[in-house]
Amino acid sequence: MKNFDSEKHVRGESLFLDDIPIPEGTLHAHVCYSKIAHGTNLRIDTSEALKMNGVHAIFTAKDIPGENQIGNIVLDEELFGAHGVHFVGQPIAVVVADTPFNARYASEAIIVEVDKLPVITDPRVAQSKNELIVPPIKFLLGNTEQAWKECDVIVSGVAESGGQEHLYLETQCALAMPTEGGVKIISSTQSPTAVQRVTARVLDMPMHKIEVDVIRLGGGFGGKEDQATPWAAMAALAATKLHRPVKLVLHRQDDMRMTGKRHPYSSDFKIGLKKDGMIHAYEVSFYQNAGAACDLSPPVLSRSLFHCTNSYFIPNVSAVGYCCRTNLPPNTAFRGFGGPQGMFVIESAIAKAAEVMKIDRHVIQKKNLLNEGDEFPYGQKTEQCQTRTSWNALEKKISVDKVRSDIEKFNSSNQWKKKGFALMPICFGISFTNTMMNQASALVHIYTDGSVGISTAAIEMGQGVNMKIVRTAERVFSIPIDWIRIETTNTTRIANTSPTAASSGADLNGKATYFACVELLKRLKKLAAEELKQEDEAKIEMRNGVIFNSGKETELAWKKLITVAHQKRISLSEHHHYATPKIHFDVKTSKGHPFAYHVFGTALIQATVDCLRGIYEIDSVDAVHDFGMSLHPAVDLSQAEGGIMQGIGWMTLEEVVYNSEGKLLTDALSTYKVPDIQFAPKRVRVDFLENSENTFGPFNSKAIGEPPFMYGIGAFFAIREAMKAFRPDQEFQFKAPVTSERVLTSLYSKVAALEPSLQ
Amino acid sequence: MEKEQTIQCIINDRTVSTDANPNMVVLDFLRGDQRLMGTKEGCREGDCGACTILVGELNNGVMDYKSVNSCLMPLGDADGKHLITIEGTNLHDQLNPIQQAFVDEGGTQCGFCTPGFLMSFTGYCMNAQSPSVENAVRSLDGNICRCTGHPPIKKAAAKIIERITAHPSTNGKSNLQRLVEQKVLPPYVSTIPEQLKALHRSDGTLADVKEQTHIVSGGTDLYVQRAFTMVREGGKRISQQKKQPVIWEEGNAIHCSGMTTVEEFQRSDLIRSLIPKIEVFAALFGSTPIRNRATLAGNIVNASPIGDMTSLLLALDASLVLRDGTQSRTISLRNFYKGYKQIDKTKNEIVETIILPKPKHPRLINFEKVSRRRYLDIASVNSAMVISLDGNKIMYAHVTAGGVFATPLYLARTSEYLTGKEISSDTISQAVSFIQQEIKPISDARGSSDYKRLLARQVFLAHILTFFPDLSLSKELM
Repeated sequence: MKNFDSEKHVRGESLFLDDIPIPEGTLHAHVCYSKIAHGTNLRIDTSEALKMNGVHAIFTAKDIPGENQIGNIVLDEELFGAHGVHFVGQPIAVVVADTPFNARYASEAIIVEVDKLPVITDPRVAQSKNELIVPPIKFLLGNTEQAWKECDVIVSGVAESGGQEHLYLETQCALAMPTEGGVKIISSTQSPTAVQRVTARVLDMPMHKIEVDVIRLGGGFGGKEDQATPWAAMAALAATKLHRPVKLVLHRQDDMRMTGKRHPYSSDFKIGLKKDGMIHAYEVSFYQNAGAACDLSPPVLSRSLFHCTNSYFIPNVSAVGYCCRTNLPPNTAFRGFGGPQGMFVIESAIAKAAEVMKIDRHVIQKKNLLNEGDEFPYGQKTEQCQTRTSWNALEKKISVDKVRSDIEKFNSSNQWKKKGFALMPICFGISFTNTMMNQASALVHIYTDGSVGISTAAIEMGQGVNMKIVRTAERVFSIPIDWIRIETTNTTRIANTSPTAASSGADLNGKATYFACVELLKRLKKLAAEELKQEDEAKIEMRNGVIFNSGKETELAWKKLITVAHQKRISLSEHHHYATPKIHFDVKTSKGHPFAYHVFGTALIQATVDCLRGIYEIDSVDAVHDFGMSLHPAVDLSQAEGGIMQGIGWMTLEEVVYNSEGKLLTDALSTYKVPDIQFAPKRVRVDFLENSENTFGPFNSKAIGEPPFMYGIGAFFAIREAMKAFRPDQEFQFKAPVTSERVLTSLYSKVAALEPSLQ
Repeated sequence: MEKEQTIQCIINDRTVSTDANPNMVVLDFLRGDQRLMGTKEGCREGDCGACTILVGELNNGVMDYKSVNSCLMPLGDADGKHLITIEGTNLHDQLNPIQQAFVDEGGTQCGFCTPGFLMSFTGYCMNAQSPSVENAVRSLDGNICRCTGHPPIKKAAAKIIERITAHPSTNGKSNLQRLVEQKVLPPYVSTIPEQLKALHRSDGTLADVKEQTHIVSGGTDLYVQRAFTMVREGGKRISQQKKQPVIWEEGNAIHCSGMTTVEEFQRSDLIRSLIPKIEVFAALFGSTPIRNRATLAGNIVNASPIGDMTSLLLALDASLVLRDGTQSRTISLRNFYKGYKQIDKTKNEIVETIILPKPKHPRLINFEKVSRRRYLDIASVNSAMVISLDGNKIMYAHVTAGGVFATPLYLARTSEYLTGKEISSDTISQAVSFIQQEIKPISDARGSSDYKRLLARQVFLAHILTFFPDLSLSKELM
C-alpha cells in the first residue's frame, strides 16, 4: 500500500520546519532561561548582552503588549518569568540576533538574579503542603469500605513510575513572519489553534490576524501539544516588534531542560481479593508530579483514574488523584496521557497479590478481565468488548504454559542468567475526555483537472494520519490515490481545531473528510446520472476514476465529469464539521460516557536478566491487538511496534533524573537513553485481532496512536519475574524504570555495603 | 587564527570549493551553505545519527567510505574527500532498494531520523564483504529512531540484505561497482576516484602545534564538549596529516599511530592477533560513526575516567611516545594520569604513537562494560583484565577500572596481589577487597557511588567467570 510521506522521507525530500528556505532578512532567536528552580525578586540585566555582535533585541516580560500568560486550563504560566522563577529552564528572555550562534553567545551574557526560595521536587511533599493545582479528582464505584470486609486477601503497597522525555527527533521550533497588521507562524505544533489563541493573547491581537501553518512534525508524542506554543509566541513577539521574520529552533539540550515530560507518579494501592482470585475491591491514590504549572496535568491525571482498573472489572473502586505543584518544568501530554501511569499501579497491585497468594500473576489477570456490559468506575459500560477475545487469541498463538515451563527449565540450568515473562492486557478509551474537544473539520477541494486537495485539523507527525485521510477520500471517490493530496494544516483553512492528540486524529478528521467527500460525491453522482440519462442515481458508481452505469463502464471518466461540473457551476468544494456522537461526561459526579469506544489487546513479553551484571534484554513481544478494520496495515503495524518499544523504554532504560535543586541531570542524549536498534527484541510479533469492527472510526478502523504503548508495562514485570528467579525470597519494589542500576542494587541489596574501611 | 586554505571536496556529484570557516561542522555547511536539507540536526553530539553522512577517500587507489556524524566533523577535514548525503543516493526516477525496503516495511514514520539510517545502511553495504542481517543491524548502532522503535527497520534490513546478496558478486567486481549495478547507488559514484585525484590537496606535513589550544584529531569529544568554542576559536586539525599504515609491528611490540581510529584498531589483523576478542569489545565503544572518527590518542588525552579504550590499553601495559617538534619521549600509560583531567603531557606535545608490547606467555584478555544501554552509551563502570597462568597459578594479572576514580585506573595493588596466587574463591574474595580499597567512585548521572562500588565488584567477578566458568564463588560473592 502506497505511503507518500515515506517515499519523501527516504529520499531526504520531506520538508520539516528547519528545512524551509527562510525569508530574506530572517533573524534568529535564542531563549535565556532560569538556572534556579525557585526564586523571587527577579532581576534581569541585559545591558552587556545587547552590546554583543549581531544582536538586534532582547525581549522580556515587560515587552509583551498583551498578557504574559500561556496557560490553557488554569492561567498560571507566564511566557517569560516576570517577578520570580518556578523551575530550572523557565524562559526569562529571548535574544534576537543575525545568526543563531550570535543569539546564543549573547544569551550567555544576560545576568539573571533571584532571591532563592525552597525547592520542592517530590509530589508527596507538595501534597503535604497543599500545593495542589486543582482540587483532588475522585472516581468511585461500589463501596470499598464495605467490600474490604468481604475480601479474603488484602495487600497494599507503593508503586512509582518515572518521567519520560519525549525525544522527538526534531526539537521545538517556530518561524514567524510579519504580515499586514498581523503575523504568520510556521510552527511545529500538534495544536495550531492553541498557538494561535495564546499568541493572540500575548500580542493583544484578534485571532484572525494570526495565521498558523504546520507542514509536518519530526515526532510529537504529546510533547508538542501544549509545549510547542511558547516558542511560536516568542518568535511572533519578536517578529512583530522588529518587523522581521524570526526563527527559533531549540538546541537539544535546551529543549530537554526547558520542556516538561511525562508525569512521574508515586501511588499508594490497596487491593482485596476473594480466595478464588477474583478482585473485589481496589483503592488507589495517585500523587502526580505536575511540575510548576498546570499545563495539561488535570486531564492527564483524570486519565490515570479512567484507566486505573485497566482491562479488569472490579466492582468496588475508590480512586483519588492529587495534581501536585513542584519546581520542575511543567509536565505535559505524552502518549497514553496518564493512562500508563494508572495501569502500572493496578498491575503492581495484582503482582503483589499474586505473590502473597502464591499464584501466577496472569491467573489473576485472566480471571478478572472485563466482560461485555461490565461497568467502568466512570459509569460507562463495555461495548464490543475484546479483552477476552484478544487474550484467548494470544494464548492460541503462543502457549503460556509452554512459555512458563521453558523459562523454568532455562532458569534451573542457568546460574547467572534468568528469564521471566509477563502478560499485559490493555483497554484504552478513545476520545478526548473533555467532550468539547471531540470535533474536527475537513475542507475538500476538487480542482478542475480532477485532482483533490484536502485540508483538515490533523497534524502529520509520523503517525500516518495523512495517508489514512488519503485512503478515506480514495475509498469514497474511488480515484487513483496519487490524485489526492493532503495540504498543510492551517488555521485560515481549518479554524478552531482540536489538537492532534488522544489517538483521535485519524478518527475525527477522517470522519470529517469522509462526510465532506460523500457530500461531493452525491453532487457528482447526480450530475453523472444527468449526463448519462440515468434516472436512478443509485445505479451510478465510481470505480477507479471511471463512472459505471448499472454496472457497466461508461465513457465518462472522473476528470471529464469534473470539467462538466465546473462548466455547470456546481461547487467542487466542501467543508464538513464532525462531532463525535453520544459522548458525555459530568466532571462533578465523575460519571458519564466519555469514550466513543475502547481499544483492546493483550501482549506477552519475555526478558532475560544477567544477574551478574544487572543488565537485561527484552527477548520477545507477542501481541494480539485490536486495530478494528485497519485503514493502512503497514502504518498501523509500525505504530503498534513503535508504541510498544516506547512503552518498554519508559519501563526500562529511560530515566529522567533531577537533583534536589531541581536541575535536570539527564539533559542530553548521552545521559538519557532511549531504546536503540540493538535493544529492540529479537522477536516483535503483533497480530491483528480478527473480526473487530468499529462504527465510530472511518471505515470501521480504530485509533492506534496510544494504546500499544501500554503493552510495554509488561517488560517491567517480565524483568521482575526474572529477578525473582534469582532471588526467590526477596521482595522487590514497584519502582519504574527498572534501570540496570535498580536491577543490580535490588539483587544485591542484602550484600554488606562495599566500603573500603570494612574490607 | 591562521589563514586557512580553500577547502575542496566533492559533495555527492559536485565538486565544491569553499572559503568557509574550516572549524565549522560539516552538518552546518551542508545545510546552511549547500542547502542539502536531507541531513538533519538531532542532537549535535553524535548520539542520534540523524546527521550521518558518508565520507570517502582514496586509499591505495580504492575508495574507502565511512559513515560519520557530520555534527562532529570539522569542515576542514572534508578537504580532498567525497561526501555523500542522502540526496546523493537518490536515483532519478525510482527509489533505490534500501529506500524501497524502508517504505515497504514501515521503517519510517516521522522521517526525521530516516536519512541517517539510510546513510549508515548504505555505508554498511559499501564496506561489507559478505553482508549479513546481524552485522547490518549492528551498523545502525549510531542511529536512533523514536517513532518505530526499530522493529520495522530490522525487517527492512533483512529484506535489503536478502536482495543484495541474492546475486552473489560477479567475480572481480568491487562492492561499489556491484551496488551501482544493483541501483543501490547512482552511477556517478563510479566516477569519483578520478575526480578526487584531480582535486588539489595540502601536502600533509605535520605542522607545529605550538600556540594551539586544542589539537583536533577525530573531534568526537571536543565538538561535543566545546562545540561553540571550537567553531569560534578553532583548533589544530591534524587528521589530514595521517599516514598509512597506522598500525605496524616493530620488535616485540605493535605500534599504533595516535591517529588510529577505533575502527582501524579493531579491524587490524595485528591487533586481532594481540587481542583476539577486540571486535566484541570494540562494539561497546561508541557507535560505528563515532568509531570511524574517534582516535586512540584522543581517548587517551581526553583523560575521561570512563574512557573505554583507555581502560583496555592500561591493562595491556601500553606506553606512549609523546612528541614536541623534534623532541620525543616515551612514557608508560600507567604513569600518564596525574589527577582529574590532568595528564603528563605539555601543551606542545602530541601523542604520536601508542606501543603495545607483545606477550611473552599466553594470556587471556577480557573487557567488561556496564552501561544503562548496552550500545552507544557511556559506561557506569568499565574494566579490563589481562591474566597469564601457569597451571592454576597466576603468573601475572592486570586489572583496570573506569568510572570509579578521578582518572582511568590501573588497579595496581589488586593486580600485584593476584600475581603468584592460586585461582580460588578465596583469592577472588581477597582481590575484591583490594579493589574496594583502590577505587573512589562518586555519584552522578551514571549511577550512585554505591552502585559503582557494587559494579566494580561484579565486573571483576565477570572477568573471573569468563576466564574460569567452572569456578564456584564463595557465598558472600553471590
